[in-house]
Amino acid sequence: MGSRASSLLREEEIEEIKKETGFSHSQITRLYSRFTSLDKGENGTLGREDFQRIPELAINPLGDRIINAFFPEGEDQVNFRGFMRTLAHFRPIEDNEKNKDPTASEPLNSRINKLLFAFQLYDLDRDDKISRDELLQVLRMMVLRMMVGVNISDEQLGSIADRTIQEADQNGDNSISFNEFIKVLEKVDVEQKMSIRFLH
Amino acid sequence: MPAFSCAFPGCRRDLLVIVLVVFVGIGLPIEASAPAYQSHGTEGSYLTNVTNTKKAFPVLAVNYKHVRQPFEIALWILLALLMKLGFHLIPRLSGVVPESCLLIVVGLLVGGLIKVIGEEPPVLDSQLFFLCLLPPIILDAGYFLPIRPFTENVGTILVFAVIGTLWNTFFMGGLLYALCQIESVGLGGVDLLACLLFGSIVSAVDPVAVLAVFEEIHINELVHILVFGESLLNDAVTVVLYNLFEEFAKVGTVTVLDVFLGVVCFFVVSLGGVLVGAIYGFLAAFTSRFTSHTRVIEPLFVFLYSYMAYLSSEMFHLSGIMALIVCGVVMRPYVEANISHKSYTTIKYFLKMWSSVSETLIFIFLGVSTVAGPHAWNWTFVITTVILCLVSRVLGVIGLTFIINKFRIVKLTKKDQFIVAYGGLRGAIAFSLGYLLSNRHQMRNLFLTAIITVIFFTVFVQGMTIRPLVELLAVKKKKESKPSINEEIHTEFLNHLLTGVEGVCGHYGHYHWKEKLNRFNKTYVKRWLIAGENFKEPELIAFYRKMELKQAIMMVESGQLPSALPSTISMQNIQPRAIPRVSKKREEEIRRILRSNLQNNKQKMRSRSYSRHTLFDADEEDNVSEVRLRKTKMEMERRMSHYLTVPANRESPRPGVRRVRFESDNQVFSADSVPTVHFEQPSPPSTPDAVSLEEEVPKRPSLEADIEGPRGNASDNHQGELDYQRLARCLSDPGPNKDKEEDDPFMSC
Repeated sequence: MGSRASSLLREEEIEEIKKETGFSHSQITRLYSRFTSLDKGENGTLGREDFQRIPELAINPLGDRIINAFFPEGEDQVNFRGFMRTLAHFRPIEDNEKNKDPTASEPLNSRINKLLFAFQLYDLDRDDKISRDELLQVLRMMVLRMMVGVNISDEQLGSIADRTIQEADQNGDNSISFNEFIKVLEKVDVEQKMSIRFLH
Repeated sequence: MPAFSCAFPGCRRDLLVIVLVVFVGIGLPIEASAPAYQSHGTEGSYLTNVTNTKKAFPVLAVNYKHVRQPFEIALWILLALLMKLGFHLIPRLSGVVPESCLLIVVGLLVGGLIKVIGEEPPVLDSQLFFLCLLPPIILDAGYFLPIRPFTENVGTILVFAVIGTLWNTFFMGGLLYALCQIESVGLGGVDLLACLLFGSIVSAVDPVAVLAVFEEIHINELVHILVFGESLLNDAVTVVLYNLFEEFAKVGTVTVLDVFLGVVCFFVVSLGGVLVGAIYGFLAAFTSRFTSHTRVIEPLFVFLYSYMAYLSSEMFHLSGIMALIVCGVVMRPYVEANISHKSYTTIKYFLKMWSSVSETLIFIFLGVSTVAGPHAWNWTFVITTVILCLVSRVLGVIGLTFIINKFRIVKLTKKDQFIVAYGGLRGAIAFSLGYLLSNRHQMRNLFLTAIITVIFFTVFVQGMTIRPLVELLAVKKKKESKPSINEEIHTEFLNHLLTGVEGVCGHYGHYHWKEKLNRFNKTYVKRWLIAGENFKEPELIAFYRKMELKQAIMMVESGQLPSALPSTISMQNIQPRAIPRVSKKREEEIRRILRSNLQNNKQKMRSRSYSRHTLFDADEEDNVSEVRLRKTKMEMERRMSHYLTVPANRESPRPGVRRVRFESDNQVFSADSVPTVHFEQPSPPSTPDAVSLEEEVPKRPSLEADIEGPRGNASDNHQGELDYQRLARCLSDPGPNKDKEEDDPFMSC
């Protein structure tokens, strides 16, 4: 048996994570046990193959992108802090948080940050715009994911992509910027749609 | 009328209208209720006369008895509709007072008039109500139930429906019993069970009343679905409690076993109703898979299966309302994938029509029954009932919300709670249930009176004041939003994202199960219930198609794009294209559109088997669509190439030119699919069926405007510059091509 010392979470760490992400103590411990169960290599970090082992992600059309979202730029391993930081985006928004001190930085699970997270999943090349190609890629993954024998050609998806951009684009650059993205989703209840009750 | 409008100021004319309508309306049922003595008279005299003298052949005879029943029914319905018509002619009134109130008032007037002339006003027969008047409203509500908000809030709705109703029943029943114990009230004879029975009748929120009032205030989706969903789902509770207390009241005593059985009965009633509804729903979906050749009767399947679901569950004393709702919800996605666009429209309008008529009739009859019904008035009892209703509702909502909010992501605010509490209207269901009480109950009349008072109070006072209150409290209203492909795509994107993250957390939550259900639906269920190849169509594509369709219709109707663009939606390649709003883009668009697989369409048009059961004569439709197709293409080409002023061949016969067109088009066709748009013009004889499943004719948008014009101008081949030239060549020299083309169009199919 390897040493289990690394799997114990120190109190200071818990406090730091709590401050950064807003999770409660019990939440953090619960998620930590999940983290360790995923961490087959027992080295305190998760690699991509650990994520790919999760069955739900394997069949998810956005699986790869979600996995990538956990890993900071260019790195291959993510530690518990990073894990929690990403998951913090999906925490439900509390009522009392809405009246927080305006000078404090935006909590990770605010509406803007939730939308930013989603936006970055579209925008792979990080140029702050969803181009037609990026949109097309996403559409292709979502539409074609499990249907064999569905012959939807690229051209058809292309027209949907064009239509989508046309609807959202306001400054005429033929791509969707973050602000346009926000505007288009203003009627969608993002706070509810991007929150997991489990993380409450 | 014009004369009046000059002479009288506006309000007096309104008054005149309402008076006229009222008199006409009232005159009709009175005439109906007048007993048919004439027929007796003539018959009698005829018999006696025939023995004495040879009577002259009766040229004109009245036989009212023969048609009496349908005549009266028709007259009542006509009255109801005329009233409805009248109200909407008076703008100010319908803005202030909800329609339901006005209809009840009319009912009161009619009832009063009937009584005055000495007749017995008809009472709202419970059987008529439950079997004929209620189902259309519930089916309309269930079929068009907004699924997403409903499933997101189903927990909250169930808590309100079940626990809220239970709380109301026991609170009211208990307190009323306590009231009756007080000597001074003089109601000593009422026992606890009778009070509880009364409580169960009065405590249920009524879907008809809620629908009638909430429809006019356009409240935000969340509150609307909460109150509405509660009113639908509490039927199970009401049925169980009502039957339970009826039985207990008969027996007189209650044991623990009875209570336990009551609880079991609740589950049986609700789940049984759901099961019956689901079975019929799947049957309807399965049947609709095969209706491709008999489109005309498709709507009937929907209506009949739903009605059978309702009747079947009523037969077993299960919750008919829940069966109806579940049936509508279950069959809708599959049926809509199978039926034609016309059938969908038919279903929609018939449901709206029936539910509207039913609702109107219910409220009018409620008014009439008030005048007719046996009354026993007891001030204390009635007033206490009304007050207790309000109090228990408010307490119930506040208490339950406090508990529910611990489990909700989006909490219910105080304003939401207020509207939910205030919107708990009672209606005709309570009245009918009360009317069903057997005469054994000595307090029946008292109960009826109290029920009617509660109904009047909630409908009039709460119904009328809820709109100004909503304005006053600045409650969020419903946001009118047109369907947006962005929202759809991003919502689906977020669904996948959340499912994935739930997987990462190891949490089997809302999204996980929804995803599982979707997958199950796609792989197993859709295969059986959806006709043809449609079941593979991803929802996104279907949504996009429908959205484009709607927009196309809107644009044509608003005159933005006067030219009808020929287009097609073929089976496999379903994706209409956006109509560019800029004319320079339009040109390019049109070019690409015409490069579409019209050929495929032609094949379909020919190979389809027409039968007597389609809406058109086969030959006519064939010709019509052919002609239309060509007409529209030519029209388009004409507009496109306005700069090509080749007035050649003005006398060239249509067929010739048409064939030329086809020839060139055939050359133009490419095998792969091209984005196309489908345009509809709502013009007779047919609304083009845009959602063309393989059977329907993808109707060419009919340019009914005569396309005489110089055919010669229509020369654009829509594929670029050299196409122009090619076509010009074809046109200017139709001779050699003609023979060849004779065969082409026919052979190419």
